[in-house]
Amino acid sequence: MILTKYEEGALRGEHGDILQMAYRILVATGEATDADRLIPIHWVHLSGVNYNTIGDAGEQFLRSIRHKARVQVRTTLNPAGFDKDTVHEYAITDEFIKKQESIKTSYEMMGVETSFSCIPYDIFNTPTAGTQVAFAESNAAIHANSLDKLKTNKESAFSALASALTGKSPYNEFRGDISPDVTVDVDIPNLTELDWGMLGLFAGRVSEKCVSISGAVPSDRRACKALCGGMGTSGTCAKFTTNAAPDTEHISFDRQEAKKIHDELNTTETGDTIILGSPQLSLPEIESLIEMLRGRRFTKRCMLFCPRTVKESAAPHIKTLERANVHLLADCCACLTPLLSIDDTDGVITNSIKGAYYIQKSNGLDVSLKPLQDIIQEYSR
Amino acid sequence: MKRLVGGRATGILVHTNQPINFLGMINKDTGVVQDASHDLYKQSIRDTILAFPHGIGSSVGAYTIHSLKANNVAPSAMLCERPDLTVVTGCAVANIPLAILDVSEMKLQNNSKIIVDVDAGTITYN
Repeated sequence: MILTKYEEGALRGEHGDILQMAYRILVATGEATDADRLIPIHWVHLSGVNYNTIGDAGEQFLRSIRHKARVQVRTTLNPAGFDKDTVHEYAITDEFIKKQESIKTSYEMMGVETSFSCIPYDIFNTPTAGTQVAFAESNAAIHANSLDKLKTNKESAFSALASALTGKSPYNEFRGDISPDVTVDVDIPNLTELDWGMLGLFAGRVSEKCVSISGAVPSDRRACKALCGGMGTSGTCAKFTTNAAPDTEHISFDRQEAKKIHDELNTTETGDTIILGSPQLSLPEIESLIEMLRGRRFTKRCMLFCPRTVKESAAPHIKTLERANVHLLADCCACLTPLLSIDDTDGVITNSIKGAYYIQKSNGLDVSLKPLQDIIQEYSR
Repeated sequence: MKRLVGGRATGILVHTNQPINFLGMINKDTGVVQDASHDLYKQSIRDTILAFPHGIGSSVGAYTIHSLKANNVAPSAMLCERPDLTVVTGCAVANIPLAILDVSEMKLQNNSKIIVDVDAGTITYN
Protein backbone atom coordinates (compact mmCIF):
# COMPACT_ATOMS: atom_id res chain seq x y z
CA MET A 1 0.00 0.00 0.00
CA ILE A 2 1.14 3.51 -0.73
CA LEU A 3 0.68 5.86 2.22
CA THR A 4 0.90 9.64 2.40
CA LYS A 5 3.54 11.30 4.60
CA TYR A 6 0.85 12.05 7.18
CA GLU A 7 -0.35 8.42 7.19
CA GLU A 8 3.23 7.11 7.52
CA GLY A 9 3.76 9.46 10.45
CA ALA A 10 0.52 8.41 12.12
CA LEU A 11 1.51 4.76 11.73
CA ARG A 12 4.77 5.54 13.54
CA GLY A 13 2.81 7.14 16.37
CA GLU A 14 3.49 10.81 15.60
CA HIS A 15 -0.18 11.73 16.07
CA GLY A 16 -0.89 9.77 19.24
CA ASP A 17 -1.53 6.16 20.15
CA ILE A 18 -5.23 6.12 19.13
CA LEU A 19 -4.50 7.22 15.56
CA GLN A 20 -1.49 4.90 15.46
CA MET A 21 -3.77 1.97 16.33
CA ALA A 22 -6.41 3.11 13.82
CA TYR A 23 -3.87 3.35 10.97
CA ARG A 24 -2.36 0.00 11.98
CA ILE A 25 -5.85 -1.53 11.54
CA LEU A 26 -6.42 0.19 8.18
CA VAL A 27 -3.01 -0.79 6.80
CA ALA A 28 -3.29 -4.40 8.00
CA THR A 29 -6.81 -4.69 6.57
CA GLY A 30 -5.72 -2.99 3.37
CA GLU A 31 -2.72 -5.29 2.89
CA ALA A 32 -4.90 -8.32 3.60
CA THR A 33 -7.45 -7.27 0.97
CA ASP A 34 -4.89 -6.09 -1.63
CA ALA A 35 -5.80 -2.42 -1.36
CA ASP A 36 -3.38 0.05 -2.91
CA ARG A 37 -4.11 3.17 -0.81
CA LEU A 38 -6.44 4.78 1.73
CA ILE A 39 -9.30 6.99 0.55
CA PRO A 40 -11.71 9.34 2.39
CA ILE A 41 -15.07 7.90 3.42
CA HIS A 42 -18.11 9.97 4.40
CA TRP A 43 -20.22 7.81 6.69
CA VAL A 44 -19.37 4.95 9.03
CA HIS A 45 -21.83 2.45 10.49
CA LEU A 46 -20.31 0.53 13.39
CA SER A 47 -20.96 -2.97 14.70
CA GLY A 48 -19.61 -4.16 18.05
CA VAL A 49 -22.34 -2.69 20.25
CA ASN A 50 -24.37 -5.50 21.81
CA TYR A 51 -22.80 -6.60 25.11
CA ASN A 52 -24.17 -10.08 24.35
CA THR A 53 -21.71 -10.30 21.43
CA ILE A 54 -18.64 -8.19 22.34
CA GLY A 55 -18.64 -9.22 26.01
CA ASP A 56 -16.21 -7.99 28.65
CA ALA A 57 -13.33 -7.89 26.17
CA GLY A 58 -15.21 -5.42 23.97
CA GLU A 59 -16.56 -3.35 26.83
CA GLN A 60 -13.08 -3.00 28.34
CA PHE A 61 -11.50 -2.12 25.01
CA LEU A 62 -14.01 0.67 24.33
CA ARG A 63 -13.62 2.01 27.86
CA SER A 64 -9.83 2.06 27.41
CA ILE A 65 -9.98 4.33 24.33
CA ARG A 66 -13.02 6.52 24.98
CA HIS A 67 -11.24 9.39 26.69
CA LYS A 68 -8.96 10.01 23.71
CA ALA A 69 -10.74 8.59 20.64
CA ARG A 70 -12.96 10.92 18.56
CA VAL A 71 -14.72 10.07 15.29
CA GLN A 72 -13.83 12.22 12.27
CA VAL A 73 -16.91 11.55 10.11
CA ARG A 74 -20.58 10.91 10.72
CA THR A 75 -20.79 7.59 12.56
CA THR A 76 -23.93 5.58 13.37
CA LEU A 77 -24.36 2.44 15.42
CA ASN A 78 -25.73 -1.12 15.26
CA PRO A 79 -28.35 -2.39 17.77
CA ALA A 80 -27.60 -2.93 21.45
CA GLY A 81 -28.91 -5.76 23.64
CA PHE A 82 -32.23 -4.43 24.94
CA ASP A 83 -34.88 -1.69 24.95
CA LYS A 84 -34.47 0.25 28.22
CA ASP A 85 -38.28 0.85 28.32
CA THR A 86 -39.00 -2.86 28.80
CA VAL A 87 -35.73 -4.42 29.97
CA HIS A 88 -37.21 -5.13 33.42
CA GLU A 89 -39.71 -7.54 31.78
CA TYR A 90 -36.87 -9.81 30.71
CA ALA A 91 -34.30 -11.90 32.55
CA ILE A 92 -31.47 -9.41 31.98
CA THR A 93 -29.01 -9.06 34.86
CA ASP A 94 -27.99 -5.73 36.40
CA GLU A 95 -24.45 -6.56 35.35
CA PHE A 96 -25.58 -6.83 31.70
CA ILE A 97 -27.41 -3.50 31.91
CA LYS A 98 -24.40 -1.81 33.48
CA LYS A 99 -21.99 -3.11 30.84
CA GLN A 100 -24.38 -2.18 28.00
CA GLU A 101 -24.67 1.35 29.45
CA SER A 102 -20.87 1.58 29.60
CA ILE A 103 -20.65 0.62 25.91
CA LYS A 104 -23.23 3.29 25.06
CA THR A 105 -21.32 5.91 27.08
CA SER A 106 -18.06 4.98 25.34
CA TYR A 107 -19.55 5.49 21.89
CA GLU A 108 -21.21 8.75 22.94
CA MET A 109 -17.91 10.07 24.27
CA MET A 110 -16.29 9.27 20.92
CA GLY A 111 -18.95 11.34 19.13
CA VAL A 112 -20.97 8.45 17.68
CA GLU A 113 -24.72 8.84 17.00
CA THR A 114 -26.21 6.07 19.11
CA SER A 115 -28.83 5.10 16.53
CA PHE A 116 -28.84 1.41 17.61
CA SER A 117 -30.12 0.26 14.24
CA CYS A 118 -29.12 -2.34 11.64
CA ILE A 119 -31.17 -0.62 8.91
CA PRO A 120 -29.42 2.75 8.34
CA TYR A 121 -30.81 2.67 4.76
CA ASP A 122 -34.37 2.81 6.12
CA ILE A 123 -33.97 5.58 8.70
CA PHE A 124 -31.32 7.93 7.29
CA ASN A 125 -31.15 9.88 4.02
CA THR A 126 -29.03 8.16 1.39
CA PRO A 127 -25.93 10.13 0.30
CA THR A 128 -25.43 10.89 -3.40
CA ALA A 129 -24.67 7.98 -5.73
CA GLY A 130 -21.08 6.78 -5.63
CA THR A 131 -20.36 8.04 -2.10
CA GLN A 132 -17.74 5.97 -0.28
CA VAL A 133 -18.94 4.74 3.13
CA ALA A 134 -17.80 2.08 5.65
CA PHE A 135 -20.57 -0.19 6.93
CA ALA A 136 -19.78 -3.01 9.34
CA GLU A 137 -23.33 -4.40 9.52
CA SER A 138 -23.41 -7.08 6.82
CA ASN A 139 -27.01 -6.59 5.61
CA ALA A 140 -26.51 -2.81 5.49
CA ALA A 141 -23.25 -3.14 3.53
CA ILE A 142 -24.93 -5.35 0.92
CA HIS A 143 -27.93 -2.98 0.78
CA ALA A 144 -25.60 0.02 0.33
CA ASN A 145 -23.60 -1.60 -2.49
CA SER A 146 -26.54 -3.22 -4.29
CA LEU A 147 -29.49 -0.86 -3.91
CA ASP A 148 -28.32 2.54 -2.67
CA LYS A 149 -25.48 3.10 -5.19
CA LEU A 150 -22.97 3.54 -2.33
CA LYS A 151 -19.58 1.83 -2.04
CA THR A 152 -18.38 -0.07 1.01
CA ASN A 153 -16.29 -3.03 2.04
CA LYS A 154 -18.00 -5.55 4.29
CA GLU A 155 -16.17 -4.04 7.22
CA SER A 156 -15.23 -5.73 10.47
CA ALA A 157 -16.07 -4.02 13.77
CA PHE A 158 -12.46 -2.82 14.06
CA SER A 159 -11.92 -1.73 10.45
CA ALA A 160 -15.11 0.37 10.64
CA LEU A 161 -14.01 1.88 13.95
CA ALA A 162 -10.61 2.71 12.46
CA SER A 163 -12.41 4.36 9.52
CA ALA A 164 -14.51 6.42 11.93
CA LEU A 165 -11.40 7.59 13.81
CA THR A 166 -9.49 8.54 10.64
CA GLY A 167 -12.20 9.25 8.05
CA LYS A 168 -10.44 6.80 5.72
CA SER A 169 -10.72 3.25 4.43
CA PRO A 170 -8.57 0.97 2.26
CA TYR A 171 -9.38 1.23 -1.45
CA ASN A 172 -9.86 -2.36 -2.58
CA GLU A 173 -11.93 -3.98 -5.30
CA PHE A 174 -15.25 -3.52 -3.46
CA ARG A 175 -14.82 0.23 -3.74
CA GLY A 176 -14.35 0.10 -7.50
CA ASP A 177 -16.67 -1.54 -10.01
CA ILE A 178 -16.78 -5.10 -8.80
CA SER A 179 -18.28 -7.64 -11.20
CA PRO A 180 -20.22 -10.80 -10.31
CA ASP A 181 -18.28 -14.03 -9.73
CA VAL A 182 -21.35 -16.26 -10.17
CA THR A 183 -24.95 -16.11 -11.46
CA VAL A 184 -27.81 -17.62 -9.48
CA ASP A 185 -30.71 -18.60 -11.76
CA VAL A 186 -33.90 -18.35 -9.72
CA ASP A 187 -36.46 -20.95 -10.73
CA ILE A 188 -39.22 -20.17 -8.23
CA PRO A 189 -42.28 -18.07 -9.20
CA ASN A 190 -43.76 -15.40 -6.88
CA LEU A 191 -41.16 -15.46 -4.14
CA THR A 192 -42.30 -14.70 -0.59
CA GLU A 193 -40.02 -12.69 1.73
CA LEU A 194 -39.01 -16.04 3.22
CA ASP A 195 -37.98 -17.29 -0.24
CA TRP A 196 -35.95 -14.10 -0.75
CA GLY A 197 -34.19 -14.70 2.56
CA MET A 198 -33.38 -18.30 1.59
CA LEU A 199 -32.17 -17.11 -1.83
CA GLY A 200 -29.91 -14.61 -0.03
CA LEU A 201 -28.45 -17.30 2.22
CA PHE A 202 -27.90 -19.56 -0.81
CA ALA A 203 -26.32 -16.79 -2.91
CA GLY A 204 -24.04 -15.79 -0.03
CA ARG A 205 -22.75 -19.36 0.12
CA VAL A 206 -21.97 -19.73 -3.58
CA SER A 207 -20.63 -16.24 -4.25
CA GLU A 208 -17.45 -14.93 -2.69
CA LYS A 209 -17.74 -11.24 -3.56
CA CYS A 210 -20.60 -10.27 -5.88
CA VAL A 211 -23.52 -12.29 -7.26
CA SER A 212 -25.79 -11.81 -10.26
CA ILE A 213 -29.42 -12.78 -9.56
CA SER A 214 -31.26 -13.89 -12.68
CA GLY A 215 -34.93 -14.77 -13.17
CA ALA A 216 -36.35 -12.72 -10.28
CA VAL A 217 -36.22 -9.07 -9.21
CA PRO A 218 -36.72 -8.00 -5.58
CA SER A 219 -39.45 -5.47 -6.23
CA ASP A 220 -40.35 -4.24 -2.74
CA ARG A 221 -38.39 -3.21 0.33
CA ARG A 222 -39.35 -6.30 2.30
CA ALA A 223 -37.93 -8.57 -0.41
CA CYS A 224 -34.76 -6.46 -0.62
CA LYS A 225 -34.22 -6.56 3.13
CA ALA A 226 -34.80 -10.32 3.31
CA LEU A 227 -32.33 -10.88 0.45
CA CYS A 228 -29.64 -8.66 2.06
CA GLY A 229 -30.24 -10.19 5.51
CA GLY A 230 -29.90 -13.77 4.25
CA MET A 231 -26.85 -12.98 2.14
CA GLY A 232 -25.04 -11.20 4.95
CA THR A 233 -25.57 -14.19 7.22
CA SER A 234 -23.86 -16.82 5.12
CA GLY A 235 -20.57 -15.54 3.80
CA THR A 236 -18.40 -12.78 2.46
CA CYS A 237 -20.47 -11.72 -0.59
CA ALA A 238 -20.84 -7.91 -0.44
CA LYS A 239 -23.11 -7.14 -3.40
CA PHE A 240 -25.85 -8.46 -5.67
CA THR A 241 -26.97 -7.22 -9.04
CA THR A 242 -29.87 -8.16 -11.33
CA ASN A 243 -27.78 -7.30 -14.39
CA ALA A 244 -26.73 -10.28 -16.49
CA ALA A 245 -23.18 -11.55 -16.05
CA PRO A 246 -22.66 -13.65 -19.19
CA ASP A 247 -19.19 -15.01 -18.42
CA THR A 248 -19.97 -16.41 -15.00
CA GLU A 249 -20.82 -19.91 -13.82
CA HIS A 250 -24.60 -20.44 -13.45
CA ILE A 251 -26.09 -22.13 -10.38
CA SER A 252 -29.80 -22.89 -10.12
CA PHE A 253 -31.90 -21.95 -7.09
CA ASP A 254 -35.11 -23.96 -7.35
CA ARG A 255 -37.70 -25.37 -4.92
CA GLN A 256 -35.35 -28.24 -4.11
CA GLU A 257 -32.52 -25.93 -3.05
CA ALA A 258 -34.96 -23.75 -1.10
CA LYS A 259 -36.28 -26.86 0.67
CA LYS A 260 -32.74 -27.86 1.70
CA ILE A 261 -32.24 -24.49 3.40
CA HIS A 262 -35.70 -24.61 4.92
CA ASP A 263 -34.99 -28.10 6.32
CA GLU A 264 -31.70 -26.85 7.75
CA LEU A 265 -33.18 -23.86 9.60
CA ASN A 266 -36.72 -25.03 10.31
CA THR A 267 -36.26 -27.25 13.36
CA THR A 268 -39.77 -27.30 14.82
CA GLU A 269 -43.33 -27.02 13.56
CA THR A 270 -44.44 -24.38 16.04
CA GLY A 271 -43.29 -22.23 18.94
CA ASP A 272 -44.54 -19.90 21.65
CA THR A 273 -43.03 -16.59 20.49
CA ILE A 274 -43.33 -14.82 17.14
CA ILE A 275 -40.23 -12.81 16.17
CA LEU A 276 -40.39 -10.10 13.53
CA GLY A 277 -37.54 -7.77 12.63
CA SER A 278 -34.15 -9.19 11.77
CA PRO A 279 -33.14 -6.88 10.15
CA GLN A 280 -35.24 -4.42 12.18
CA LEU A 281 -38.56 -3.23 10.70
CA SER A 282 -39.33 0.25 9.35
CA LEU A 283 -42.55 2.21 9.93
CA PRO A 284 -44.11 1.23 6.56
CA GLU A 285 -43.49 -2.44 7.40
CA ILE A 286 -45.20 -2.00 10.79
CA GLU A 287 -48.15 -0.23 9.15
CA SER A 288 -48.37 -3.01 6.58
CA LEU A 289 -48.44 -5.59 9.39
CA ILE A 290 -51.35 -3.73 11.03
CA GLU A 291 -53.18 -3.78 7.70
CA MET A 292 -52.53 -7.49 7.21
CA LEU A 293 -53.82 -8.26 10.73
CA ARG A 294 -57.13 -6.40 10.09
CA GLY A 295 -57.97 -6.12 13.76
CA ARG A 296 -57.03 -9.71 14.57
CA ARG A 297 -54.86 -10.60 17.56
CA PHE A 298 -51.79 -12.87 17.59
CA THR A 299 -52.45 -15.97 19.70
CA LYS A 300 -48.73 -16.05 20.63
CA ARG A 301 -46.62 -13.21 21.99
CA CYS A 302 -45.10 -11.28 19.07
CA MET A 303 -41.80 -9.44 19.63
CA LEU A 304 -41.18 -6.83 16.92
CA PHE A 305 -37.73 -5.24 16.70
CA CYS A 306 -37.25 -1.72 15.28
CA PRO A 307 -35.06 1.37 15.66
CA ARG A 308 -35.91 3.94 18.38
CA THR A 309 -36.99 6.54 15.78
CA VAL A 310 -39.40 4.02 14.25
CA LYS A 311 -40.87 3.15 17.65
CA GLU A 312 -41.41 6.86 18.30
CA SER A 313 -43.05 7.38 14.90
CA ALA A 314 -45.25 4.33 15.55
CA ALA A 315 -46.60 5.90 18.78
CA PRO A 316 -50.11 6.45 17.30
CA HIS A 317 -50.27 2.70 16.55
CA ILE A 318 -49.00 1.43 19.92
CA LYS A 319 -52.49 0.71 21.35
CA THR A 320 -53.52 -1.13 18.17
CA LEU A 321 -50.30 -3.14 18.27
CA GLU A 322 -50.70 -4.00 21.96
CA ARG A 323 -54.26 -5.17 21.31
CA ALA A 324 -52.80 -7.39 18.58
CA ASN A 325 -50.28 -8.85 21.12
CA VAL A 326 -47.39 -7.14 19.30
CA HIS A 327 -44.62 -5.78 21.54
CA LEU A 328 -42.34 -3.17 19.99
CA LEU A 329 -38.69 -3.33 21.05
CA ALA A 330 -36.43 -0.41 20.14
CA ASP A 331 -32.59 -0.20 20.08
CA CYS A 332 -32.15 -3.97 19.75
CA CYS A 333 -32.60 -6.77 17.22
CA ALA A 334 -33.57 -10.45 17.12
CA CYS A 335 -30.07 -11.24 15.88
CA LEU A 336 -27.89 -12.18 18.88
CA THR A 337 -30.50 -11.00 21.36
CA PRO A 338 -30.14 -11.76 25.08
CA LEU A 339 -33.94 -11.42 25.42
CA LEU A 340 -34.70 -14.97 24.26
CA SER A 341 -33.52 -17.85 26.37
CA ILE A 342 -34.14 -21.56 26.36
CA ASP A 343 -35.35 -21.21 29.98
CA ASP A 344 -38.45 -19.23 29.07
CA THR A 345 -39.02 -19.89 25.37
CA ASP A 346 -40.03 -23.21 23.81
CA GLY A 347 -39.53 -22.22 20.22
CA VAL A 348 -39.60 -19.23 17.93
CA ILE A 349 -41.80 -18.59 14.89
CA THR A 350 -40.28 -16.18 12.37
CA ASN A 351 -40.17 -15.17 8.71
CA SER A 352 -36.53 -14.03 8.98
CA ILE A 353 -33.68 -16.22 7.73
CA LYS A 354 -31.12 -14.08 9.52
CA GLY A 355 -33.15 -14.24 12.73
CA ALA A 356 -33.64 -18.01 12.41
CA TYR A 357 -29.92 -18.60 11.86
CA TYR A 358 -28.77 -16.64 14.91
CA ILE A 359 -31.60 -17.67 17.22
CA GLN A 360 -30.59 -21.28 16.60
CA LYS A 361 -26.82 -20.86 16.72
CA SER A 362 -26.62 -18.27 19.48
CA ASN A 363 -29.73 -18.75 21.62
CA GLY A 364 -29.96 -22.50 21.03
CA LEU A 365 -33.69 -22.32 20.37
CA ASP A 366 -35.80 -24.25 17.87
CA VAL A 367 -37.25 -22.21 15.02
CA SER A 368 -40.36 -22.55 12.89
CA LEU A 369 -39.86 -20.70 9.60
CA LYS A 370 -42.90 -19.36 7.74
CA PRO A 371 -43.79 -16.42 5.48
CA LEU A 372 -45.49 -13.55 7.34
CA GLN A 373 -48.81 -14.22 5.57
CA ASP A 374 -48.83 -17.81 6.91
CA ILE A 375 -47.81 -16.70 10.42
CA ILE A 376 -50.76 -14.30 10.50
CA GLN A 377 -53.15 -16.92 9.17
CA GLU A 378 -52.06 -19.61 11.62
CA TYR A 379 -51.46 -17.55 14.73
CA SER A 380 -54.07 -14.80 14.82
CA ARG A 381 -57.81 -14.60 15.27
CA MET B 1 6.45 -13.09 3.70
CA LYS B 2 3.69 -10.50 3.52
CA ARG B 3 3.72 -7.91 6.30
CA LEU B 4 0.33 -7.11 7.84
CA VAL B 5 1.33 -5.79 11.26
CA GLY B 6 4.96 -4.74 11.53
CA GLY B 7 7.40 -5.46 14.35
CA ARG B 8 10.01 -7.92 15.63
CA ALA B 9 9.55 -10.68 18.20
CA THR B 10 11.37 -13.59 19.78
CA GLY B 11 9.68 -16.68 21.17
CA ILE B 12 9.15 -20.43 21.09
CA LEU B 13 7.50 -21.53 17.87
CA VAL B 14 4.12 -23.18 18.44
CA HIS B 15 2.80 -24.65 15.21
CA THR B 16 -0.59 -26.20 14.44
CA ASN B 17 -2.26 -27.37 11.24
CA GLN B 18 -5.67 -26.55 12.73
CA PRO B 19 -7.33 -23.14 12.37
CA ILE B 20 -7.91 -21.19 15.59
CA ASN B 21 -11.16 -19.64 16.78
CA PHE B 22 -10.05 -16.99 19.26
CA LEU B 23 -13.57 -16.62 20.61
CA GLY B 24 -14.07 -19.65 22.81
CA MET B 25 -11.03 -21.81 22.02
CA ILE B 26 -8.59 -19.78 24.10
CA ASN B 27 -8.96 -18.58 27.67
CA LYS B 28 -8.44 -14.82 27.47
CA ASP B 29 -7.22 -14.57 31.06
CA THR B 30 -4.60 -17.33 30.92
CA GLY B 31 -3.77 -17.72 27.22
CA VAL B 32 -4.32 -21.48 27.48
CA VAL B 33 -6.10 -23.38 24.70
CA GLN B 34 -9.23 -24.73 26.34
CA ASP B 35 -10.85 -26.54 23.41
CA ALA B 36 -10.33 -30.29 23.96
CA SER B 37 -10.71 -31.01 20.25
CA HIS B 38 -7.79 -28.74 19.28
CA ASP B 39 -4.30 -30.22 18.99
CA LEU B 40 -2.92 -27.36 21.12
CA TYR B 41 -5.29 -28.31 23.97
CA LYS B 42 -3.92 -27.26 27.39
CA GLN B 43 -0.94 -25.46 25.80
CA SER B 44 -0.28 -21.80 26.59
CA ILE B 45 0.20 -19.42 23.67
CA ARG B 46 1.70 -16.76 25.93
CA ASP B 47 4.90 -15.19 24.52
CA THR B 48 5.01 -17.74 21.69
CA ILE B 49 5.41 -17.31 17.95
CA LEU B 50 2.05 -18.82 16.99
CA ALA B 51 1.93 -20.36 13.50
CA PHE B 52 -1.44 -21.59 12.22
CA PRO B 53 -3.35 -21.76 8.92
CA HIS B 54 -5.89 -18.99 9.62
CA GLY B 55 -8.51 -17.83 12.10
CA ILE B 56 -12.11 -19.00 12.04
CA GLY B 57 -15.37 -18.00 13.71
CA SER B 58 -16.91 -14.82 14.95
CA SER B 59 -15.23 -11.49 14.26
CA VAL B 60 -15.69 -10.82 17.99
CA GLY B 61 -12.55 -12.96 18.32
CA ALA B 62 -10.62 -9.79 17.46
CA TYR B 63 -11.61 -8.35 20.86
CA THR B 64 -10.32 -11.55 22.48
CA ILE B 65 -6.91 -11.01 20.88
CA HIS B 66 -6.92 -7.51 22.38
CA SER B 67 -7.82 -9.00 25.78
CA LEU B 68 -5.00 -11.55 25.57
CA LYS B 69 -2.57 -8.69 25.05
CA ALA B 70 -4.10 -6.56 27.81
CA ASN B 71 -3.80 -9.55 30.17
CA ASN B 72 -0.15 -10.13 29.18
CA VAL B 73 -0.84 -13.63 27.87
CA ALA B 74 -0.80 -12.97 24.11
CA PRO B 75 1.60 -14.53 21.59
CA SER B 76 4.64 -12.37 20.73
CA ALA B 77 3.87 -12.72 17.03
CA MET B 78 1.51 -14.63 14.75
CA LEU B 79 2.21 -16.27 11.38
CA CYS B 80 -0.65 -17.40 9.13
CA GLU B 81 -1.13 -19.08 5.74
CA ARG B 82 -3.88 -16.69 4.74
CA PRO B 83 -5.37 -13.55 6.22
CA ASP B 84 -8.79 -13.48 7.83
CA LEU B 85 -10.08 -10.18 9.12
CA THR B 86 -10.60 -11.37 12.70
CA VAL B 87 -6.94 -12.20 13.24
CA VAL B 88 -5.75 -9.29 11.09
CA THR B 89 -7.71 -6.62 12.95
CA GLY B 90 -7.16 -8.31 16.32
CA CYS B 91 -3.37 -8.27 15.86
CA ALA B 92 -3.50 -4.69 14.55
CA VAL B 93 -5.46 -3.47 17.58
CA ALA B 94 -3.22 -5.36 20.01
CA ASN B 95 -0.02 -4.44 18.12
CA ILE B 96 1.06 -8.06 17.69
CA PRO B 97 3.36 -8.54 14.67
CA LEU B 98 1.56 -10.57 11.98
CA ALA B 99 2.83 -11.93 8.68
CA ILE B 100 1.38 -14.15 5.96
CA LEU B 101 3.58 -17.00 4.71
CA ASP B 102 3.61 -20.74 4.06
CA VAL B 103 3.72 -22.01 7.65
CA SER B 104 3.21 -25.72 6.85
CA GLU B 105 6.97 -26.45 6.73
CA MET B 106 7.57 -24.74 10.06
CA LYS B 107 6.21 -27.84 11.78
CA LEU B 108 9.75 -29.27 11.73
CA GLN B 109 11.00 -26.42 13.92
CA ASN B 110 8.11 -26.70 16.37
CA ASN B 111 9.09 -25.82 19.96
CA SER B 112 12.38 -24.22 18.92
CA LYS B 113 13.25 -20.61 19.69
CA ILE B 114 12.88 -18.30 16.71
CA ILE B 115 13.16 -14.61 15.90
CA VAL B 116 10.57 -13.09 13.57
CA ASP B 117 11.28 -9.71 12.01
CA VAL B 118 8.16 -8.81 10.05
CA ASP B 119 9.59 -5.45 8.95
CA ALA B 120 12.69 -7.09 7.46
CA GLY B 121 10.73 -10.15 6.28
CA THR B 122 13.03 -12.64 8.00
CA ILE B 123 12.76 -15.62 10.33
CA THR B 124 15.87 -16.74 12.23
CA TYR B 125 16.07 -20.14 13.94
CA ASN B 126 18.34 -20.48 16.98
